[in-house]
Amino acid sequence: MAVLVIADHDGSTVRDTTHKTVTAALAIGGDVDVLVVGQGSKAAADAAAKISGVRKVLLAESGELAHTLAEAVTATVVGLAGGYDAVVSPATMDGKNVMPRIAAKLDVAPISDIIEVVSADTYVRPIYAGNALETVQTSDAKKVITVRATSFAPAAEGGSAPVEAVAGQDAGKAAFVSEEMVKSDRPELGAAKIVVSGGRALGSAEEFSAVIEPLADKLGAAVGASRAAVDAGYAPNDYQVGQTGKVVAPGLYVAVGISGAIQHLAGMKDSKVIVAINKDADAPIFQVADFGIVGDYKTVVPELMAALG
Amino acid sequence: MKVLVPVKRVIDYNVKARVKADQTGVDLANVKMSMNPFDEIAVEEAVRLKEGKEHHAAGTASEIVVVSIGVTQAQETIRTALAMGADRGILIQSDADLEPLAVAKLLKAVVEEEKPDLVLMGKQSIDGDNNAVGQMLAALLDWPQATFAAKLEIAGGKATVTREVDGGVQTLSAPLPAVVTVDLRLNTPRYASLPNIMKAKKKEIAMKAVADYGVDVAPRLKVQKVTAPPTRSAGIKVADAAELVSKLKTVGAL
Repeated sequence: MAVLVIADHDGSTVRDTTHKTVTAALAIGGDVDVLVVGQGSKAAADAAAKISGVRKVLLAESGELAHTLAEAVTATVVGLAGGYDAVVSPATMDGKNVMPRIAAKLDVAPISDIIEVVSADTYVRPIYAGNALETVQTSDAKKVITVRATSFAPAAEGGSAPVEAVAGQDAGKAAFVSEEMVKSDRPELGAAKIVVSGGRALGSAEEFSAVIEPLADKLGAAVGASRAAVDAGYAPNDYQVGQTGKVVAPGLYVAVGISGAIQHLAGMKDSKVIVAINKDADAPIFQVADFGIVGDYKTVVPELMAALG
Repeated sequence: MKVLVPVKRVIDYNVKARVKADQTGVDLANVKMSMNPFDEIAVEEAVRLKEGKEHHAAGTASEIVVVSIGVTQAQETIRTALAMGADRGILIQSDADLEPLAVAKLLKAVVEEEKPDLVLMGKQSIDGDNNAVGQMLAALLDWPQATFAAKLEIAGGKATVTREVDGGVQTLSAPLPAVVTVDLRLNTPRYASLPNIMKAKKKEIAMKAVADYGVDVAPRLKVQKVTAPPTRSAGIKVADAAELVSKLKTVGAL
């Protein structure tokens, strides 16, 4: 048995999601190799080599792989897949983009967003916005799996795996035009220990910044938002927590002015402690909150800031 | 340009799914079903490509074909798309809940028959939450893919797509034919008007069977069980911020 993990990285470091995916890969069993794809990513490969339990790191660099477009990454991974029983990636936007393409090229059924490895061929994954958990057994010889990183503990540092260069493939279909990344000094939403999220009740982008961001900064938290707040333009798209946004499971999740629709709960109900601040005592968010305050955020949040000292 | 839009009949997004007591699946008896919300966005964008709404040139799409794979009642889902402005429908009847690989193979067969220039579809269905069919279809056709589209422009035989990615947005350009999967922020789908609902009844829906396509749809995955997620123990309401902070410190959350 051998498992290939596709690393989530920024060129110089590997993200926490990679460590968590290595944990899932080790649970599947066998030797675990990590593939780092992307031009100029030697530093990220060196970082991946330090993850405990990794046998070796494969580094695929080429100009075409600079923006990890699905066609080129698929061709690269399919070229390596012969040596592996499973190909695993975190269920990031990149992972979701590329893994089903790889699965189809290999003629296997992909298994999306697993939260538990039962055995080498059996996995648990949420369906219906997390309202049901499905245990599936695959009959495919090769497995293609994305991992919900928040459901696994990160693999420790302390390894010293060798880094090998492998050929990057070009598939020459789509072409990169541009990208625009949201700049933030706060912790990354998916990996933060505390998340403060705002909803529609905030009423405007100015109010969202004025209320949610200072509270997040006080707590050293990442900022999240409900779909309603994102749709209304109060917060950028990639702040969205929910079924179709990011799935988070921090130690503390503070929901301010969020009613708690099914789609939002799908993205945060595995948080360890949930706090809800909402003036509607009947809001569904109170059904999952460990601690709730019924009140207007305009008075509650300043009081909370004061109480935090 | 011909546009193919695959649509799926799913549990209505406002309904909380309940797991059957025998753990064989989710109880869909007497539950409200609707078009998958992402598919509505795909249909809306196709219709805008035809009408020339927003930034699209009128007539960018000349024909919109909607295809669904599922039970007989999925005709209603196709009718909804026809009432929104699609031209005709295809229903591939299947009582089995087909896996994304099988769906992608059937859609590939439909693409080979219909020869669309663009397949526009939802990024995921809200029941299976797989987020896979579009990517798999693109792979099987060896077409470029642009997933999670927040903006779509068609010009000069190319689709320029702004995609939602972790940390921001990415724009890429793909030669047609291509598969584009849509994200929530691409558009706001219209409601079908009563006259359009009446007109949609006269539009053609071709009824097909899985067997018509000679595709292997045998399942690769065996569902061993479907269970309810662990429930959270009931929380408490606290009186004020000071009490909240003290409780959070007690449980070690701060």
